[in-house]
Amino acid sequence: MGKRAAIIGTGQTYCKSIRRDVNGQELINEAVTRALQDAELTIDDIDGVVIGNMDHFEGINYVDCWSIDGSGGYMKPTMKLCTGGTTGTTLGIGGYHMVASGMFDKLLVIGWEKNSESDTTGAIVTATDPILDRGVMAGALAGLAIEASEYAAAYGATSKDAARVSVRDRKHACNNPYAHLRKEVTIEEVLSSPVISDPLRLLDMCPRTDGACAVIYANEDVAEKLCPQPAWVVGTSNRHCYSRFADIKGQTGMLSLTTAAKELWAKTGVKEPLKEIDVMEMYQPYSWGGLIWFEDMGFCKKGEGPKYIWDGVTDMGGECPVNPSGGVISTNPIGATGLIRCAEIAGQIMGKAGDRQVPDVELALATGFGGCFWSDMILYSKNKPA
Amino acid sequence: MSADNEQEVELLAVHSRTDVEQVFHYSAGRYLNRFLTEMRDNAKIVGVKCPKCGIVYAPPKEICDPCYAEMTEPVEVGPEGTIRNFTILRAPFVDPETGQAKPVPYAFGNVELDGAGSLIQNYLLTDDDSKIKVGARVKIEFHEKRTGNMRDIKGFRLLD
Repeated sequence: MGKRAAIIGTGQTYCKSIRRDVNGQELINEAVTRALQDAELTIDDIDGVVIGNMDHFEGINYVDCWSIDGSGGYMKPTMKLCTGGTTGTTLGIGGYHMVASGMFDKLLVIGWEKNSESDTTGAIVTATDPILDRGVMAGALAGLAIEASEYAAAYGATSKDAARVSVRDRKHACNNPYAHLRKEVTIEEVLSSPVISDPLRLLDMCPRTDGACAVIYANEDVAEKLCPQPAWVVGTSNRHCYSRFADIKGQTGMLSLTTAAKELWAKTGVKEPLKEIDVMEMYQPYSWGGLIWFEDMGFCKKGEGPKYIWDGVTDMGGECPVNPSGGVISTNPIGATGLIRCAEIAGQIMGKAGDRQVPDVELALATGFGGCFWSDMILYSKNKPA
Repeated sequence: MSADNEQEVELLAVHSRTDVEQVFHYSAGRYLNRFLTEMRDNAKIVGVKCPKCGIVYAPPKEICDPCYAEMTEPVEVGPEGTIRNFTILRAPFVDPETGQAKPVPYAFGNVELDGAGSLIQNYLLTDDDSKIKVGARVKIEFHEKRTGNMRDIKGFRLLD
């Protein structure tokens, strides 16, 4: 087993649909500067850099080289990780592995995206099989719409149930100065917004955002010396299943996520996620995911998601608040989105979450979603693992 | 530099476009080669069966993901099947295959052809969108002129 490891500092940029005031390298540096400030370190203290985005959005293929000035990676071991939508949580898991290996003490991990620089859906289509999946497929939007169609048919959930999830996340976003969309919406507004891919409406969906996030991981040799309350990693899991969208068959539940959750709970000894997890930042790019995936991770039984959402269990002040940051429905710079989940959870554990702070956080979960319905999960704790 | 002065200065963007056409040539591979040829020459959908779990993949592929088993037995499936999931896409976007805007709205779904265990993705053809439901029955339709491409499939016609 490797060394225990933790996040000891985080930095986020402010986010909007077009950050025309900065180019990619400057955007990256904005997050890096804030993470170093938060950890009270300088770039000289950093042993290595891992960076990620979805390169087809900006059309820049060697991002690790191209961004070396902004990332601070000059003459340091630097590499790129990219796994599509899960890029940010892959960075969170990969960064953890590197410091837990003992080969790096302090690692800078960066996720970023300038989604405004190309056509998002057109770019996502290039992630699918060129012969089979590009003729009729329409990126993340349509992939999620077909999942919702299947879930609604199996369990009778309605667009109104899903709308309640959007209402929650957009309300939470008002507490987060880094969120992109900081305006509350009502059930009626969600249900009267334009249908973009049946049954999904505009306000069921995440925006496209320009933004970046950086976190600094440290292992047990230095973490407590550098940080009064490190956010310790307790366990991670991730699953990839299908390579073709059409193979995602009759699931009424996300196979990769149910499997990843089972592994994570078994590894970390969590028996009742709803009772034991104090807060979750979920990579939930559309409202229906707040129902379907909440069930898939075992927070409630299949088909019961809507009841829990309506009862306020996942609202601020509820038993397990979900997305105090406003989540992905409020802010979505795709290559950063998963890492923002990790940074937000670290902030919750460190007690630095400001107006979005959940009281007494000990155990907290960050999740990632992407590709052909792939899943990442990272469990963080206030307490150093045994 | 502060981002707060955004209103005061003109912010430039440099626009890039690919004026030179960049064409990719994707090998179909051994399995899709037979599949596309059968579709082009005989208007048939021929999948392949996993020797371990028995699932028929149509379109075919070499390896059954869960079993990691090589599949060799061809099986014809369809032409009728069942809609397992669907959407009607209404948001405009650029088709990266052509560079043109997609002709939204259009209905598409994943259909389990009779005899298949995997799904096949294509347009859903009907005059009445309210007929499109999970579980609805459909029949595959091909174009008259076929070239050995997924676009040889016109779509799945809703059956009454």
